Amino acid sequence: MKLSLRIWRQSDAQAQGKMVSYEIDEVSEDASFLEMLDVLNERLISEGEDPVAFDHDCREGICGACSLVIDGQPHGPQAATTTCQLHMRKFKDGDSIDIEPWRAGAFPVIKDLVVDRSAFDRIIQAGGYISAPTGTAPDAHAVPIPKQDADAAFSAAACIGCGACVAACPNGSGMLFMGAKVTHLGLMPQGQPERHTRVLGMVAAHDEAGFGGCTNTGECAAACPKEIGLDVIGKLNRDFRKAAIRAA
Amino acid sequence: MSTDYYRDGEAVADAKAPAGPINERWEKRRFSGRLVNPANRRKLRVIVVGTGLAGASAAATLGELGYRVANYCFQDSSRRAHSIAAQGGINAAKNYRNDGDSVHRLFYDTVKGGDFRSRESNVHRLAEISTEIIDQCVAQGVPFAREYGGLLDNRSFGGAQVSRTFYARGQTGQQLLLGAYQALQRQVAAGTVDLHTRHEMLELIIVDGKARGIVVRDLVTGAISTELADAVVLATGGYGNVYFLSTNAMGCNVTAGWRAHRKGAYFANPCYTQIHPTCIPQSGEHQSKLTLMSESLRNDGRVWVPKQKGDDRHPADIPEDERDYYLERRYPAFGNLVPRDIASRAAKVVCDEGHGVGPGGLGVYLDFAAAIERLGRKAVEAKYGNLFDMYERITGENPYERPMRIYPAVHYTMGGLWVDYDLSSNIPGLFVTGEANFSDHGANRLGASALMQGLSDGYFVLPNTISDYLADGPFEAVDETHEAVVAARKEVDDRIAFFLGNDGDRTVDSFHRELGRIMWEYCGMERTDEGLRKAIGLIRGLKDEFYRRVKVTGKNEQLNQELEKAGRVADFLELGELMCIDALHRTESCGGHFRAESQTEDGEAKRDDEQFSYVAAWEFGEDGPVLHKEALEFEYVKPTQRSYK
Repeated sequence: MKLSLRIWRQSDAQAQGKMVSYEIDEVSEDASFLEMLDVLNERLISEGEDPVAFDHDCREGICGACSLVIDGQPHGPQAATTTCQLHMRKFKDGDSIDIEPWRAGAFPVIKDLVVDRSAFDRIIQAGGYISAPTGTAPDAHAVPIPKQDADAAFSAAACIGCGACVAACPNGSGMLFMGAKVTHLGLMPQGQPERHTRVLGMVAAHDEAGFGGCTNTGECAAACPKEIGLDVIGKLNRDFRKAAIRAA
Repeated sequence: MSTDYYRDGEAVADAKAPAGPINERWEKRRFSGRLVNPANRRKLRVIVVGTGLAGASAAATLGELGYRVANYCFQDSSRRAHSIAAQGGINAAKNYRNDGDSVHRLFYDTVKGGDFRSRESNVHRLAEISTEIIDQCVAQGVPFAREYGGLLDNRSFGGAQVSRTFYARGQTGQQLLLGAYQALQRQVAAGTVDLHTRHEMLELIIVDGKARGIVVRDLVTGAISTELADAVVLATGGYGNVYFLSTNAMGCNVTAGWRAHRKGAYFANPCYTQIHPTCIPQSGEHQSKLTLMSESLRNDGRVWVPKQKGDDRHPADIPEDERDYYLERRYPAFGNLVPRDIASRAAKVVCDEGHGVGPGGLGVYLDFAAAIERLGRKAVEAKYGNLFDMYERITGENPYERPMRIYPAVHYTMGGLWVDYDLSSNIPGLFVTGEANFSDHGANRLGASALMQGLSDGYFVLPNTISDYLADGPFEAVDETHEAVVAARKEVDDRIAFFLGNDGDRTVDSFHRELGRIMWEYCGMERTDEGLRKAIGLIRGLKDEFYRRVKVTGKNEQLNQELEKAGRVADFLELGELMCIDALHRTESCGGHFRAESQTEDGEAKRDDEQFSYVAAWEFGEDGPVLHKEALEFEYVKPTQRSYK
């Protein structure tokens, strides 16, 4: 395949970035999107140019490192698929492809396509856990959990923290990410004692990091590679209201 | 024999493992180890490198205990460490299924599965702790699979005849890691753990014979700094990426461990690598990594190849009697569930004979037609849906309609830095946990045991054993001006300056690929004396060429991914040579190490207990490695030739 790429290049956080065009030839349709970029980078290095920086690690859709906006869509055109799992057979010979970093106020660009997502870690630090110091646990069978709750908790817990939801949202909101964690822990009996402090702490950290609010656009759920549904935002709001009233 | 490659050194002993009945040893050790008063813990600083299961669990637990912890990872978030990609599950001897499981049986299975090349004391401790891990993870809110009654579900996994594997769909590693990650983030908020993401350890600092710190590079700014502490814990994972293509994440590397090795830490059993039988075959030259399809698929999938060589018919057009279900044929007792090393080699045998399917004939079928007929498509979808989807995304083929094609790939490395029973390396103050150490899996790891070991080390073993060492601390204060610290930092500065100043013309990846091909060909699923000698020569030549021709663009004071890779590949080149020397010296076959010269009449691995019942702990030497042997003794599980027939 032959492709025309337009890629966001930005040498560091302070620099002014711009889209730069590259032509690339002989791309295998069995290659993954990131492998296509590897091929481009090999060429750029041989020509003495700085290769395109992008985050990636497991390349099997689970670590959440990869983060490209491809033709305006976070993780590209294929539903429920991370960039690293997107394969070139989804494109046509001769296509032009735009590649940009996540665009969100809370995720500043570090270089080229690499952004700083540490705000997500700060949200978790503010309450996205169950306090269970090592060694204090009762037997695993002490508390049965209905299968449907465990399954629903798992579905919410499947979030990989990639940030596509934020990149897709016109408000740059992190509420799908936060809702997924609040839902996961809120469905577990072990998560009940801290349920209210958790949601208040996480929401405060979310707002402080500069994420926007939710206006029910739904772009986040559409972009989510793990198909986390909008209902988690409903659960987040419900928990938040209850907690806020109790705290008042 | 090959004294031109290495020298023999003194024997080494694990001095910390207590004697006495095996089921009392861990308790004995915990009691004999000295404790640190809670008020004194905050005066002690511990560096933990790595945030996977073994690192995050250790950092969080040490933080909870009140030590001052500094934790490092090269990823942009500690949640992305490669433990996250483990699919299948985690073993625990809970015997919730009443199917005859026990701590002793898990111990027995693990020693046997490791082909009698691990320490009984360590493995028994692992089996004991396994049950506590499940309790701990449930308390953290890990959403394990459950049954309708609300109790935890179990499955049989990877060559076990009991159902002792706990799982969270096909994402067990992710859920366990998120549990540890959340515990870690809680400690970050509490101020006990100072977490540094996008930082890479590039050197170990040793002062007066003790590990006292590390040199790290901030991967965003390029700033090099020295971090000092009373003890250093390496939880830096495995070295499978020495093969370039593996199921490891792209960033997995051996640099932290190798730097420690060059500073005196022994590297044990480097040749023990696990080749996983169920991975998606390579599709072309562009391939950057290989993807594992969980071994749980073998519970319901049947492995076969066409009986006729080079048969390129659509699999559905090949009638039953023209298919060779070779695992069921060769191993009727275990069938498709034989351990990984055996399944991998069997796949290689049929492909080498010309029965392989797909591009290059490097693939075998994993067929779900029978399972779909027996259980219904819906049940199969519920069990394996995410894996089937992943397969389709990568290959463009629908595994509900056409059998999967799979082929073995490098997955896990049983070797690693040598540690004693306390998980201390031979350098005082340097501890090693998880896949980075060599300790518990012998020559072959059983499925669902890696997560168990990582969490056992991090949550329960290390926090108990490290106190015995720290009880002597705080150690004499050292600062950045100490000559050992200055020297370690200079080594890092010089290496970086070399790479950036080298007037080369070949990319780092091109060297890595070439190294990987050499390793896979000669130190992969089957090894021979001749091949290994050839590989050592090739690697030495490649290393020379690397230093002459490698080209690294950009500068240090920026995010520079080529520079990161260059340092890692430089260390892989040295490790690769040591792996080949280790494989060459071990003329027996055992577990993941198959020497073609040592096999039974029907092609099974043949151990040589007379000569090789030891751990090979290698010391770094400028003029070649020095071999220290640690004898293995088996009091409880009598070594037998493994048989899965």
